Amino acid sequence: MSDLGFDPTLKKKKKSKKVEGDLTAESSAAGSPAPAGELDDMFSGLKKKKKSKKTAEEGASSSAAGSPAPEGAADDLSASFGDLGLKKKKKKSTKSSDVTDFEQQLEKAGIEEGDATAEGVDAEESSPASEDHAGNGSSSAGVLSYPSLLSRFFTILKQNNPELAGDRSGPKFRIPPPVCQREGSKKTLFANVQEIAVVLQRSPEHLIQFLFAELGTSGSIDGEKRLILKGKFQPKQMESVLRRYIIEYVTCKTCKSMNTELKRESANRLHFLSCKACGSTRSVSSIKTGFQAQIGRRKKA
Amino acid sequence: MSTIQNLNAFDPFADTGDSEAQPTNYIHIRIQQRNGRKTLTTVQGLPAEYDLKKILKVLKKDFACNGNIVKDEELGEVIQLQGDQRVKVSEFLTSSLQLPKKNIKIHGF
Repeated sequence: MSDLGFDPTLKKKKKSKKVEGDLTAESSAAGSPAPAGELDDMFSGLKKKKKSKKTAEEGASSSAAGSPAPEGAADDLSASFGDLGLKKKKKKSTKSSDVTDFEQQLEKAGIEEGDATAEGVDAEESSPASEDHAGNGSSSAGVLSYPSLLSRFFTILKQNNPELAGDRSGPKFRIPPPVCQREGSKKTLFANVQEIAVVLQRSPEHLIQFLFAELGTSGSIDGEKRLILKGKFQPKQMESVLRRYIIEYVTCKTCKSMNTELKRESANRLHFLSCKACGSTRSVSSIKTGFQAQIGRRKKA
Repeated sequence: MSTIQNLNAFDPFADTGDSEAQPTNYIHIRIQQRNGRKTLTTVQGLPAEYDLKKILKVLKKDFACNGNIVKDEELGEVIQLQGDQRVKVSEFLTSSLQLPKKNIKIHGF
């Protein structure tokens, strides 16, 4: 990929220019694909001429779909490389009598604007990286190490769609760890039920009902909306119970999202969990206490 | 046409047969705290074809604990065991009685 940017003769340049024009024309005729896609098109056109149309389109589609595979990263790389090459070329070509061609391109439905913006975006995305490339490219044809490429790919991915990079910086669901204190010798004070219920977007009553059922105890809520449970419970134990609650009543089974809502259908008295992320709905079982053994003093017969 | 008929042969709303089609016959294993460090394990919803008395006898011997059978109006017969025997009970139910693990629900912390 390095040789393209440097040695082609004027004729070749012209050819490539034409191809590029064709490609852009095609893309404009085909509708208005994503600017990034166009960019890719152009670069690949430059790189491999006509044969690479398909690959270019593939690259475009992948980038448009917003799910860049490792190949996508490679594409990006070539794109940025091409970026550099292209800029040089463009300048050269404009200087060297290709002005009319260039103007024709300009006329074509503001594609140039899109390109410019795309380039701008690209430049923004890979500004540090491209600078690196520039340094590399000038010294040696630019053999990039895999880790650097990987980190670059992830920075770009994070900038564009952070969801895919595993960084859920949007609506975050960080559940605070349960705070359990001993209230006397036989009771446990669960201080942040309210907080946890708010984070989970569930009513505290529902959560408390589940806790009572699951732990087989009873309890009450004090003045500061803290939960007092009968029995001794460690924070670790509470955590496991909470985890079970989340799996059962909070997470969406289809998309694993925690952004859900629990609704009670008044018609059939069933609880339904509707996901706000993917829109799926599923029914959840109501909380049942089940068998409670007789503990302590027996009833007088 | 044939493909469409093929599609018709599959009823997407039919019961898949496996797993959660019968949520009523779950076996619930619960724990209750008693005074001090003492706990109580209850096993609710064992299938009626098993003889609870015999099971209880084996459980008591295996886990070295006492236990008894409680009759509940709604929930039928429930096995009660002293101490936290939840994991051991579920192990016993799956290995000795060949009950599917997905039908067993362990509650409590």
